[in-house]
Amino acid sequence: MRRWLPPLAVIAALLGLWELAARWELIADALSIEPFLVPAPSDVAESLWTDRELLAENAWVTVQEVLLGFATAVAAGVTFAVALHLSAVLRRAFYPLLIASQTVPVIAIAPILVVWLGFGIGPKLAIIALVCFFPITVNTLDGLRSVDPELPRMMRTLDATRVQILRRVEIPAALPFLFSGAKIAAVISVIGAVFGEWSGADEGLGHLILVAQGQVQTARVFAAVVVLSALAIALFGLLALLERRYGWWLPGRARTA
Amino acid sequence: MQRGTEAPVEEPRTSSRPDRGGAPASAEPTIAVAGLSHSFGTLRVIERLELELEAGELVGLVGPSGCGKSTLLELVAGLREPTAGTLRVGDQNTTSGRLAQCAYMAQRDLLLPWLAAIDNAALAPRNRGASRAEARAEAAPLFDRFGLAGFELARPAELSGGMRQRVAFLRTLLAGKPVLLLDEPFASLDAITRAEMQEWLAGALVTQARSAVLVSHDVEEALYLCDRVLVLSSRPAVVVAELAAPSPRALPRNQVVADPAFVALRERALWALQERRR
Repeated sequence: MRRWLPPLAVIAALLGLWELAARWELIADALSIEPFLVPAPSDVAESLWTDRELLAENAWVTVQEVLLGFATAVAAGVTFAVALHLSAVLRRAFYPLLIASQTVPVIAIAPILVVWLGFGIGPKLAIIALVCFFPITVNTLDGLRSVDPELPRMMRTLDATRVQILRRVEIPAALPFLFSGAKIAAVISVIGAVFGEWSGADEGLGHLILVAQGQVQTARVFAAVVVLSALAIALFGLLALLERRYGWWLPGRARTA
Repeated sequence: MQRGTEAPVEEPRTSSRPDRGGAPASAEPTIAVAGLSHSFGTLRVIERLELELEAGELVGLVGPSGCGKSTLLELVAGLREPTAGTLRVGDQNTTSGRLAQCAYMAQRDLLLPWLAAIDNAALAPRNRGASRAEARAEAAPLFDRFGLAGFELARPAELSGGMRQRVAFLRTLLAGKPVLLLDEPFASLDAITRAEMQEWLAGALVTQARSAVLVSHDVEEALYLCDRVLVLSSRPAVVVAELAAPSPRALPRNQVVADPAFVALRERALWALQERRR
């Protein structure tokens, strides 16, 4: 547990300074900090407790969006990466498009997606899947392509079919890469969910933030932000656990010896 | 020390050498290479090479590094198509046909780090459609016989270099092909482990009635393990000397390599290698 101590100490120190700056009028006045603009950590903590039901209800909505959107992105990303890996023609045809898709500012097209897909969960899933798709696909494809070329050859001398090489060698070898991509995607998936909800929603943490902002309930805004961060960290942690179980071999470990 | 002679002998080859009494009398050679040439672009690697291998025969190929030994093995294995010449393994002369006849063991063990040792060894049965349990059942007796008992479920990272190489060899055996192609199987091992592994392989090969080609840059290794050794020139590779190895393989390695006849042969092979380099 000793390794948790330094980060905890840093967080505690930062929160303490923030509390001091917001609470102590001498500093607050000097920095012209208004309580309704910058709530003290203790106000946020209070909001986390008093608004717990409101936060939980909306968090549940966002959790569903994030998990479904993320799962869609993983399924689509892995399928797409495998298809591009297996076919040089597909790779040449679609790789530029894959890059181009990432240059589209999702915030800009979010309102259009709402028009297309309605007010429900659809556009949120689409936005989350869009932002998560890229890191997952690109990493998985890199993983598939970085397989030691001697391994598929070895498998060919052992009567393996193309599909068996993919299943027994290439996909397991790409798993550590897939996990790297998925961890990046997990963190930005929550941002995608907030964009999605801002573009049109009547529930969810992003929606709650908008409403609380309108009512100048800044502490509640921050409380929702804390919950969103916790959500992203939890998803990241879950993936790190899965990685330890299913993707622990170092990329390229098969190369040595 | 796993001495091969302790292993159950399926088809003993103790009296080694050409007049191998029990060898199946087939007129057709197992491997027939005629007028084989191969180039990578303008780089000529192999030039009009001739090679024949009887059924059950163990042939060593030695030559300076970069002379095209490995390429020759890949051609035989069906991993490459030659630029010119004919190449037949069993009754197959296409790449896919040769692939079906040959088991190929590379210099590196190429074990999959995420699979247990036994699952690595049992890859070929798995590829042929066996369930994991069936494939393991097929590999398990070989683990006992080849001194790997107790390491079935170890990950490759937990095994020593010599053990990894043994697992790789078992994987090659379990491919169940009539021809074994071994490409410097012990080149990555230290000298002591290597000597042990040579002795082990000599014993393991005694129990296997298969034809094998061993590529090596180590004359002693080839002479110790094989019935016949071909010395290749540097690129483009042609056969410059052919030596029939002397000793019965059942003897311990240190006795074999100290035998005057063996030493004389080794000198001849080394001389042939150096002669061509000038």
